[in-house]
Amino acid sequence: MATTVHEPPKIEPERLPSQGAGNGGWRNLVPADGDLRRVKSYSPPPASTGIWVIMASITMSFAAFTSALIVRQGTAPFQHITLPPVLYLNTLVIIASSVTLEIARRRIAAFMGGRGDKNGDQAANPALWLYITLALGLLFVAGQTFAWVRLRAQGFGLAANISYSFFYVLTVMHALHLLGGLGGMARVIGKLQNATLRRSTLDATSRYWHFMGVLWVYLLLLLWMKL
Amino acid sequence: MHDTAHAVHGAPTSFIRKHVFSLDHKVIGKQYYALALLAALVGMFLSWLMRIHLGWGSYAIPGLHLLSANGAPGNVMTPEYYLQLMTMHGTIMVFFVLTTAPFAAFGNFFLPIQVGAEDMPFPHFNMMSFWVTFVGFLVLVASFFVGDGPTLGGWTQYAPLSAIGSVGGPGEGRGVILWACSIGIFCVGQLLGSLNFITTTLDMRTKGMSLMRLPLTVWAWFITSVMGLTAFAVLMPACILLILDHVAGTSFFVPSNLVINDQVLPHTGGSTLLWQHLFWFFGHPEVYIAIVPGMGIVSHVLITNMRKPMLSHRVLIYAMGSLAVLSYMVYGHHMFVSGMNPVSSLAFSFPTLVITIPSTIVVLIWLGSLYGAKLRINAASLFALGFISMFISGGVSGFFLAQPSIDIMLHATYFVVGHFHLVMGVAAMFGIFAGTYFWFPKMTGRMMNETLGKVHFWMSFVGAYCIFMPFHYLGIAGNVRRYQAFTDDYLVHLIPVHKFITIAALFTGFAQLIFLYNLIHSRFWGAIPPNDNPWEGTSLEWSTATPPPHNNFGDKMPVVYHDPYQYSVEGASTDHVMQTSPEDLKNAPDEK
Repeated sequence: MATTVHEPPKIEPERLPSQGAGNGGWRNLVPADGDLRRVKSYSPPPASTGIWVIMASITMSFAAFTSALIVRQGTAPFQHITLPPVLYLNTLVIIASSVTLEIARRRIAAFMGGRGDKNGDQAANPALWLYITLALGLLFVAGQTFAWVRLRAQGFGLAANISYSFFYVLTVMHALHLLGGLGGMARVIGKLQNATLRRSTLDATSRYWHFMGVLWVYLLLLLWMKL
Repeated sequence: MHDTAHAVHGAPTSFIRKHVFSLDHKVIGKQYYALALLAALVGMFLSWLMRIHLGWGSYAIPGLHLLSANGAPGNVMTPEYYLQLMTMHGTIMVFFVLTTAPFAAFGNFFLPIQVGAEDMPFPHFNMMSFWVTFVGFLVLVASFFVGDGPTLGGWTQYAPLSAIGSVGGPGEGRGVILWACSIGIFCVGQLLGSLNFITTTLDMRTKGMSLMRLPLTVWAWFITSVMGLTAFAVLMPACILLILDHVAGTSFFVPSNLVINDQVLPHTGGSTLLWQHLFWFFGHPEVYIAIVPGMGIVSHVLITNMRKPMLSHRVLIYAMGSLAVLSYMVYGHHMFVSGMNPVSSLAFSFPTLVITIPSTIVVLIWLGSLYGAKLRINAASLFALGFISMFISGGVSGFFLAQPSIDIMLHATYFVVGHFHLVMGVAAMFGIFAGTYFWFPKMTGRMMNETLGKVHFWMSFVGAYCIFMPFHYLGIAGNVRRYQAFTDDYLVHLIPVHKFITIAALFTGFAQLIFLYNLIHSRFWGAIPPNDNPWEGTSLEWSTATPPPHNNFGDKMPVVYHDPYQYSVEGASTDHVMQTSPEDLKNAPDEK
C-alpha cells in the first residue's frame, strides 16, 4: 500500500541519497537539513502566467484576422478607405491611459508596501489614477463608437465593401477585448477599496491594458497601410 | 511551486454548487465526461443511421421521420438529410467527444491531482469552460429542430457552400449559423480550459514536482492545452467571419458572380480558400489535440501494467512536443486538391512526412518498452494496446496521403475516411476507454467489471477493423466519400462491402452499449476497490483517498521525491515506489 500523503513524510538525514547514494544525479536529492531541494526558487503567481496565456491567445486571434485580411486582399483588390480622424485622437487617449495606469500601478505598489509617494502623502487616494485610466478607457470606447456611428451615418456599414468589413471586425473585436480590460480594472478598484487586492492581480491587469494599447497601435498601422 | 497548501475555495454545501455549478475540478471533469458520453451516443446513433442508409438505401428506418419530417419522407432519408447527419456526426465526434473526453474530462479530473494541486488556479473560469461547452453542444443539437435542420456542409464547412445561406440547400441558412455559433462558443470553453491547464502545470505543482517528474499524462495535457490555446484562437475568428457573411452580408468567403440554383449571389470578391486556410490551421492541430492526450493516457496505463518505465521518459515528452510544433506546419496537406500552388503543396508535404518521425519514435518507444515486459492484462491495458494498434494502422496510410501525387487520387475517397477514423477517431476512443477502465476506481470509488471490459475490448477491436480497413479498399477502388448512394456502374459492385461495414458498425455499436451498461452498473453496484491504489501505481492520484477529498489531499499537501514511474527498482522495498515515498532509491535509473 502506498505511503499516504496524510502523513508527513519522514525524512531521515542518514538515509539521504545525497550522502553516498552514488547515483551522481540530482534526482531524489534531499539536502542535509532535511528540507527538499527547491526545484525552482521562484514561481510566478497564476495570475501572472495566466495573463501571458490570455495575451498569447488574443495575439493568435488577431494574427488570424490579419492573415485573413492578407489572403482576402490577394483574392480581389480592396477599395481604399480613409480612416476616421477620430481614431488618431483615440490612439493618443489609449497611450495616455497606459501612462496613467503605470502611475497608478507604481503608487498602489508603494501604498501596498507602506511607502508614501514623493511628497510623503501616504493617505492619498491610491485609486485616483486608476479612475483616471478607467475614464480614459471609456473615452477610447466612446471615441471608437463615435467613429462607427459616423461611418454608418455616411452609408459605410459593415457590408459596404470588404475594407469596411475588416475595419469594423478588427476595431470591434479590439473594443470587446478592451472592455474586458475595463472590467478587470473596475475589479482592481473594488479590491483596492476592500483591501483585498493582490499585487499579482494589479500587475496582470495593467499588463493586459498595456497589451490592449500595443494591439491598438498595431491595428491602426495595419488598417492604415492595408485599407 | 507552492510550498504550502492554500485553500483555493471552500467545500460547497448546496446541491447546486456541489453538483451543477461546481468549482471543483473533479466535478467539472466528471461533467465533461458525461457530456462526452452523451455526445458519443448521439454521434454513434447518427453513424448507425448513415450506415444503414449506405447499405440498404431504400430501407425505411422506423421513426426516422420523427427526427426530420422533410429529411425522411416515408422514413427513407433524402440525400440532403444524409449529408446533414454526416455533418453532425463529424462535428459532434470531433469537438464534443474526441476533444472533450481525453483532454477536458480526464485532464480536469487528474491534472491538478497529478501535479499535487488543490484545484485549478481559476476555478470560476473552469466552471465556465464546462458550461460554455455544454451550451455549445445544445446550440449544435438545436439545429436539428430549427428550420430545415442542421447544416449539410460537413464538419469542415468549406466555403462558399457554408457561406451562401439557405440557397445552398437545407440547413445552409440557420443551420450553418447555429453550427458556427456552437463552434465559436466551444472555442471559448476550450480557451478557458487551456488557460487553467497551462497555469496549473506551470504554477501549481507541489513541492518537489519538477517538470521532468510530471507524469506523461500531465505532459500530454499540457502540450495539448498549448495547442488548443493557439488553434481554437484561430477557429473562433473564422467562425465570426462566417457568421458575418450570413447575417451582415459581408463577402469574406463568397466570390463574385456566384450562381447557385439560378440565383446570382450579391457577394463580391470573397476567397473560398481563406476559410480552408483558417479552418485547417486549426483543424490539423485539432487532430493532435484529440490524439496526444490519448498518448499520455496510454503511456501511463501501460507503464503501470508493465511495471517498468518507458524506454525514455524524456524522449517521449520531446516527441509529443515535436508533434505539437509540427502540427501547425502541415495543415496545407488537407488542401492538396483545393487548387493550391504546387510549390505550396511541396512545402506542406515535406513537414507532413517529417511529422511521421516523432510519431514513429513514440510508437517505437511503446513497442520497445513492451518488448519483454510482463504486461498485466486487463481492460485498461488491452485498450492501450488497441490504441497502439489503431494508431499504427491508421498512421501508415498517412504516409501515402502525405504525398500530393497520391493524395490527389485518394483525397475524395473512403481511403481518407478510413485513415482518419482509425488514427484519430478509434485510437482516441480507445485512449478514452483505457483511461476510463484505469481511473474509474479513483473517480467513483468503484471498480468496473473486468470481464465485460475485456468483452467490450475484443468486440470493439475486431469491429473497428472490420469497419475501417475496408474503407481503405473502397478508397483505392475509387469509392468517393460523402455520396449517399452508389449508383454508378463502377461503384455498384462495392455495395456488398458497404453492407458488411454496416453490419460491423452495428456490431461495434452494440459493444459500446455493453460499455455503457458496465459504466452505469459499476458506478452504483461495482466492487469496492481493495485500497486507494488498486493498480499499484506511483503517481499522486494513487496517493490520495478514493474518491479524492474536496481539496484533493486532505490535511497535508504531498511532497514529491521521485520520478513518476519508479517501478521494479532494484533494492526498493516494493516493486513500485510512490512519488511521495521518501524511500531512498540508490539504484533508480537516473534519466534526468
